[in-house]
Amino acid sequence: MSDFTPLPPLVTDLLAEHKGDTLATATALLDVEQYRSVGEFPVEQGYIWTSLASVENGNPLFWDPELAQELAGGVIAPPSMISVWFRPHSWAPGREQEALPLQVHFDLKALFQLPEAIMTDNTIIFHEPVRLGDVLSTFQRLISISEVKTTKLGTGRFWVIEVVYENQHGDLVGSESYTGFGYKREA
Amino acid sequence: MTASQLFLVDSTIGQTLPVFEYDVTATTVVLGAMASRDWRPMHHDKDFAQHRNGTRDIFINTPNQAAWFERYLTDWTGPKGRLGRVKFTMKGSVFPGDTMHLEGTVTDVIDGDDGCGWVELTVVLTVDGELKTSAAARIALPKTENDNPWLLRGDAWRP
Repeated sequence: MSDFTPLPPLVTDLLAEHKGDTLATATALLDVEQYRSVGEFPVEQGYIWTSLASVENGNPLFWDPELAQELAGGVIAPPSMISVWFRPHSWAPGREQEALPLQVHFDLKALFQLPEAIMTDNTIIFHEPVRLGDVLSTFQRLISISEVKTTKLGTGRFWVIEVVYENQHGDLVGSESYTGFGYKREA
Repeated sequence: MTASQLFLVDSTIGQTLPVFEYDVTATTVVLGAMASRDWRPMHHDKDFAQHRNGTRDIFINTPNQAAWFERYLTDWTGPKGRLGRVKFTMKGSVFPGDTMHLEGTVTDVIDGDDGCGWVELTVVLTVDGELKTSAAARIALPKTENDNPWLLRGDAWRP
């Protein structure tokens, strides 16, 4: 099985246009809105409770519906869950390949043939609260790509990807930026 | 249900938050990954983590770390504390067998309009004194009993 996900048509076309120059291809992707998609399921109570339980978060705003109504006008999700609502199911009927969150990250791994990757920085800005029943939509864009770097993990490149989230009313609910490092381990 | 509530006037620059410690197990890591819908194997498959990522074990994923930091901050503020922004810098991974140690310090207190002010903090997650993750957070607090940052919308919300 390949270490890499297939490149999307946008990237293969750019790669051909740039005659196989991977850095030029990545540079052409800067600021391009990609992977606009709608969450596979609405914001649901069960996942809110599972997340709260995973960190033993007893904030009554998320456990007491009356308090949630009083403070926030209804049940809301913890802000830190923002990325949860667009992460695909691990399987779905008819899906032929693994669906991955933050696909731009995996495209860059494939483009540069870097089999391993970690995230080093993550900034999240929270806007309109995410409410029970909301269906979020999202898109991703590549913000920057570094020269080749060597760290204790291996040799590769850093990249920054922005993810924007909106609710079904078009309200901005948040944005994230991720700094990833894709690399090859030293032999 | 009642909960204590922090107000802007209660926070001062240099103030330290209560230390929080938690013993991480494999269940902590796997539960956190599943709760954040992260199916990548380095968060549940020790063999994959060791042989593909080169780490000593499975490790806590980024979204679940965010959830731990949120819990730490709102344990301090109470339910009207509303997160505006968090920037995480990951220096190392947190593994089963580690004891997470979180410490926060107020770096700025900013009076605001619309009945809320802002507190900026740094929070560090260490294991045995080694820095694993640092975070710079900005969180809104009410100024009086009648104020509620959760009601701020549009241009009034400046995270």
